[in-house]
Amino acid sequence: MMHLADSAPVTNNLLGSEADSQRTMYPYVTGTSVIGIKYKDGILFAADMGGSYGSTLRYKSVERLKSVGKHSVIGASGEISDFQEIMRYLDELILYDNMWDDGNSLGPKQVHNYLTRVMYNRRNMFNPLWNSLVLGGIKNGQKYLGTVSMIGVNYEDDHVATGFGNHLARPILRDEWHENLTYEEGVKLLEKCMRVLLYRDRSAVNKLQIAKITDEGFTLSEPYSLKTFWDFNAFNNPTLGAEGSW
Amino acid sequence: MTKQQANWSPYDNNGGTCVAIAGADYCVIAADTRMSTGYSILTRDYSKIIQLADKSVMASSGFQADVRALQKVLAARHLIYQHQHNKQMSCPAMAQLLSNTLYFKRFFPYYAFNVLGGLDSEGKGCVFTYDAVGSYERVGYSAQGSGATLITPFLDNQLKSPSPLLLPAKDAVTPLSEIEAIDLVKTCFASATERDIYTGDKVEMLVLNASGIRREFMELRKD
Repeated sequence: MMHLADSAPVTNNLLGSEADSQRTMYPYVTGTSVIGIKYKDGILFAADMGGSYGSTLRYKSVERLKSVGKHSVIGASGEISDFQEIMRYLDELILYDNMWDDGNSLGPKQVHNYLTRVMYNRRNMFNPLWNSLVLGGIKNGQKYLGTVSMIGVNYEDDHVATGFGNHLARPILRDEWHENLTYEEGVKLLEKCMRVLLYRDRSAVNKLQIAKITDEGFTLSEPYSLKTFWDFNAFNNPTLGAEGSW
Repeated sequence: MTKQQANWSPYDNNGGTCVAIAGADYCVIAADTRMSTGYSILTRDYSKIIQLADKSVMASSGFQADVRALQKVLAARHLIYQHQHNKQMSCPAMAQLLSNTLYFKRFFPYYAFNVLGGLDSEGKGCVFTYDAVGSYERVGYSAQGSGATLITPFLDNQLKSPSPLLLPAKDAVTPLSEIEAIDLVKTCFASATERDIYTGDKVEMLVLNASGIRREFMELRKD
């Protein structure tokens, strides 16, 4: 008589092997939106300094904006460790570019193309770098601003954003961005977008940096906070007038 | 504990519509310039059209990253062809190459919906239409992408294409003039834009004829 309870457990090797444990399945420490705009002299980026661990705002001094070579800036949202890996790829790219010592240097368009190929290639191997990247810069007066997602979707535009920024910041930018914004106007516009994100994005933190790249070079601001206003009547007395409330 | 499943998809649909119409001595290839994801618009100014050879132009909608990779592969293959044969690829040759390239990834497809347009070796307009894995045929006109279901019936009606079952085989290229065909294409996009959320912003049109290639743009609704 068959004793089914005595059967040895079926070892299933068809559904993957040890190698699968190395693939990214989901992100752990993540950064939220990055916004970038072209302005008169170059490109401006804004990103907060939060690194969330699921719903916990675990790290509050994460620099998500970095310079790449002489002409570009990269901003990353998504898995922070994957961003650090991308920075290693980029540092190596720039190193080899410098080692040619031929007076030429990679511009933002080229770096963006490289990143797109890297992201797409990882997606093809089903082991993505879990990031949405913004890449911008200026070389010989030519401004460039582009973005690439974790599956390789890429495009360039006058203003770009990742994650929630696409939903909350892009509409503001579509309405208020124009060519030849001054530096002050650009920062004000970015701050307006970051404030909306701060109010409405659960994973935003009130500590941000602005990065600027022009033909003169790269600057990264000291971290600072935005002023917020919470003293609305509806917030002070949220249940006033509601049926069944007290 | 059950094995964790991947919760990301390697594919996305970035929307958009492509149309091509073949004439007696010209070919019109058009595509909108909107790129979307989900319910968001990513950019209003993205070209889905690429000129692969002198007389071959491809328009592709679907997953943008795959479309871009496909464009690069075909461009590279054409460059090699030129080195080896010292001439440009003909449109029917490019058509076969595209089919083979797509089928090569039959088990992890390029999510790209293509129309290839151009002039054949006799200078007549030709249009080839594809599915994502390379199945193709030469036709007189075609639409692919998110607005294709809205445009194709309209073109069927306006171009009165003869049945491919007729004997002797009747030519599928339209007797319309170049101007009339371009006007028809503009009408197609204006109509599709009304009802398809992924089509809009601008339509980019390339016209290939004996004198070369010409590009036109027309504004579309941005909502």
